[in-house]
Amino acid sequence: MTKKIAPVIFLLLFVVSACAHTALTVAADEYAGIHEETLANGLKVFALKVPGAPLSVFQIWYDAGSINEQVGKTGLSHLLEHMMFKGTPEHGPKTFSRIIKRAGGIDNAGTSKDFVYYYQKLAPDRLYLSIELEADRMQNLIMDPKETLSERDVVMEERRMRYDDDPQNLVFEEVVAAAFKSHPYRWPVIGWMEDLRTITRDDLWKYYRSRYVPNNAFIVVAGDIDVASVLKKIRKEFGAIPKGGEIKKLDVVEPPQRGEKRVFVKKEAELPYVLSAYKAPNILNEDSYALEVLAGVLSGGKSARIYKSLIDEQRIALSAGAGYSALQKYPYLFYLYGTPLPGRKIEDVENALYEEVQKIKDQPPSEREVQKAKNQIEADFIMSQDSVFYQAMILAQFEMIGGWRLKDKYLEGIRKVTPEDVRRVARKYLVEDHRTVGILVPVKKSK
Amino acid sequence: MKNSRLKKITLLSFILSFTLLIFNYSSYALDVKREVLENGLVLMIVQRHNLPVVKVAVGINAGSLNEPADKAGLANLVAALLTEGTAGRTARQISEEIEFVGGSVGASGGDDYITASLSVLKKDIDLGFDLLSDIILNPVFPEDEINKKKERIKGGLKASEEDPRFVASKNFRRAVFGEHPYGRLVTGTAETIDRITREDLVNFHSRYYVPGNSIMAVVGDVTEEEAKGLIDKYFGRWKGGKTPPPPLPPLNAVKQRKTITVDKDLAQATVILGHLGVRRDNPDYYALSVMNYILGGGGFASRLMQNIREDKGLVYDIYSYFAADRYGGSFQVVLQTKNESANTAISEVLKEINRIRNNPVSDMELSDAASFLTGSFPMRIETSDRIAGFLVAVEYYGLGVDYIDRYPEYINSVTKEDVLRVARKYLDPENFILVVVADQEKTALRKEFRK
Repeated sequence: MTKKIAPVIFLLLFVVSACAHTALTVAADEYAGIHEETLANGLKVFALKVPGAPLSVFQIWYDAGSINEQVGKTGLSHLLEHMMFKGTPEHGPKTFSRIIKRAGGIDNAGTSKDFVYYYQKLAPDRLYLSIELEADRMQNLIMDPKETLSERDVVMEERRMRYDDDPQNLVFEEVVAAAFKSHPYRWPVIGWMEDLRTITRDDLWKYYRSRYVPNNAFIVVAGDIDVASVLKKIRKEFGAIPKGGEIKKLDVVEPPQRGEKRVFVKKEAELPYVLSAYKAPNILNEDSYALEVLAGVLSGGKSARIYKSLIDEQRIALSAGAGYSALQKYPYLFYLYGTPLPGRKIEDVENALYEEVQKIKDQPPSEREVQKAKNQIEADFIMSQDSVFYQAMILAQFEMIGGWRLKDKYLEGIRKVTPEDVRRVARKYLVEDHRTVGILVPVKKSK
Repeated sequence: MKNSRLKKITLLSFILSFTLLIFNYSSYALDVKREVLENGLVLMIVQRHNLPVVKVAVGINAGSLNEPADKAGLANLVAALLTEGTAGRTARQISEEIEFVGGSVGASGGDDYITASLSVLKKDIDLGFDLLSDIILNPVFPEDEINKKKERIKGGLKASEEDPRFVASKNFRRAVFGEHPYGRLVTGTAETIDRITREDLVNFHSRYYVPGNSIMAVVGDVTEEEAKGLIDKYFGRWKGGKTPPPPLPPLNAVKQRKTITVDKDLAQATVILGHLGVRRDNPDYYALSVMNYILGGGGFASRLMQNIREDKGLVYDIYSYFAADRYGGSFQVVLQTKNESANTAISEVLKEINRIRNNPVSDMELSDAASFLTGSFPMRIETSDRIAGFLVAVEYYGLGVDYIDRYPEYINSVTKEDVLRVARKYLDPENFILVVVADQEKTALRKEFRK
């Protein structure tokens, strides 16, 4: 973890020497080893120096996840992420990854419900490639119509692989779709197959032009980098990009749920599966810390309650656990899930999961259990810092949700959780009326 | 104008890359202290003080190569049961102790060797070594835990049948390696697992879990002195020299043409096309690495990806690789495409295999491959976890403690002629195994692919 130091104002000596086109930096700050500044066009930059790191990483994050799509055009954000690798007039079609690899680097991208991000891992002296290439494709994407159709086919193959032929993922997709009736969290990032077929180059273009702008993005650079020269290069390449139009923030509140919802997925499979998802707050809510600890008490390893009971003692489940996604922009879900051992009943697994929750509602977990869950969360947090990429990722995810400094509040919040807090949040959120249950019903191929 | 400027820069950075990479390399070289302890254990230590964390990997020559075919899964079961009860601790105590400090200790099976591993914060290093030595030295294999574990491994095997990649890979291995242990699943099958007794487990453990068979890598916030002190304290009474390697059935010397189809209700066909490959100690390993990068190992820089994904939009992912183990290996091309386009994808794969066998690769392709393979090396071993696992493999396959320093040289010395030669020698577009897991009616595999 980074040590905390008092915020100091960074002296911007280089700005003066930059040529006329370079944007003036409007604000800069350094805190906890992280240099932060905002260019005049609204682009935020975070630079994190990690001495001795064997590689550096460049990430650019856009507020352009699937929640920003329209009904009938789901999957657009992710398809656009694919199109970002298709070239600009300056860097021909399909050359992006080649250039990075030629420099000994690794690159990729990811789309979630909330955001899209692109990254490269490179030796520190080659970060300039990332900066030039990312600045170029923020503005100059070609998006050839023929390429667009071909890439749509590729994404359809991706959908077939990840969802249509993966029974448990199909259940996940259905549960989320049923859990939210209004919030755009309800559709999958990859998009519905029927929607993918209708997305046009024009749809993508409009979305690209409106959302891939400096004021809707931020950059994170990390590694054993020379912060001053990296920032100078970023100002040079990104500073001249004009600010985009004002982007309206999504303003949707999911209406309250008034009773359990239940969905079934029939699909060729070997074993049934249950996924039970409760509406839960995100990290901006203080209760999220106790929910994280609750997830740990239920399913933080073989000594945790669900494994001990369902797998070890009752011997009814092949796998079972709990999970909580707090790092979301909007309130999302807390899950329980399980697969029965062959010959065991899915109902028994589902009920046994609820029994474990009920026990916590009846009586708070022991001090030791709570301490164990906290120790696990803290150790994981420390160990994850071994990867520069992950350090940048954590910072960015918090930034996307409400400011990266929340990252430092996170462990403090976890440390304060008491056994009674764990019981309280279990009672408050793990409520039958607020859950959506998905069941996989294996069927045999009929031919 | 901008275009030509870019080309120059690219070219320049490209020429620079060789020298730069070698420079980068040495500046990130690992300072590995290696020694063979009195009891035969090979110990490697790398100090990294960036975080208060210690990671340990122990490779033990006790993989599925050493088990009888009718008890396939024995080696894996031994590894899986290490944490399920020792002379001094129950399964529950082990998980409770390590999980309380947010660490992990465990072991996983493999064909060449099994790996036991430890992950702890620095402050818990003593407890960590205590538990690691306890599970390796003193497991007692309680009957009840054996039954539970067997039940779960068998359940897991059944669940895996849902995954078309697992089904394809299982069939491919069996077809390529036949009776050799590499042709089996490390887990064994429900039938062979049922045959394993407690006595088998105890005997296998006492025979193979000896320091003479083992390699330990300690990486993280620890000094050499500290690490050696802990090893002395917790592994001091561990005794036993190298176990002689088991007699293994020979690998098929001749490649054969065979198609295996599995019919399932799927939207995509999962295809594996390949054949026997090379052992890890084959001197052509590095030329093959370069050749394979160009053919299908290099992601978007590879020909298979370029042709079948980028130009034709037929797949999301396609790759090829040489899996090179101690006694043999395989070459595989793996892809998934909608049932209806499987035929086209397969014939394109064969075209690319023929192309790389018939014509030299371009200068650009060769240098791109070399600069990626050498330049990305430090990234592939960024974390202490990765370094520990990497060191065990380096030692097990006899690559030498200076492997990381010599790797760029191995790769950079590969010529276009080498690439062509190894493509011709090790790729076979005639005699290959083709596995297709799909909705066979929709796939309607062409006659030429059905053998």
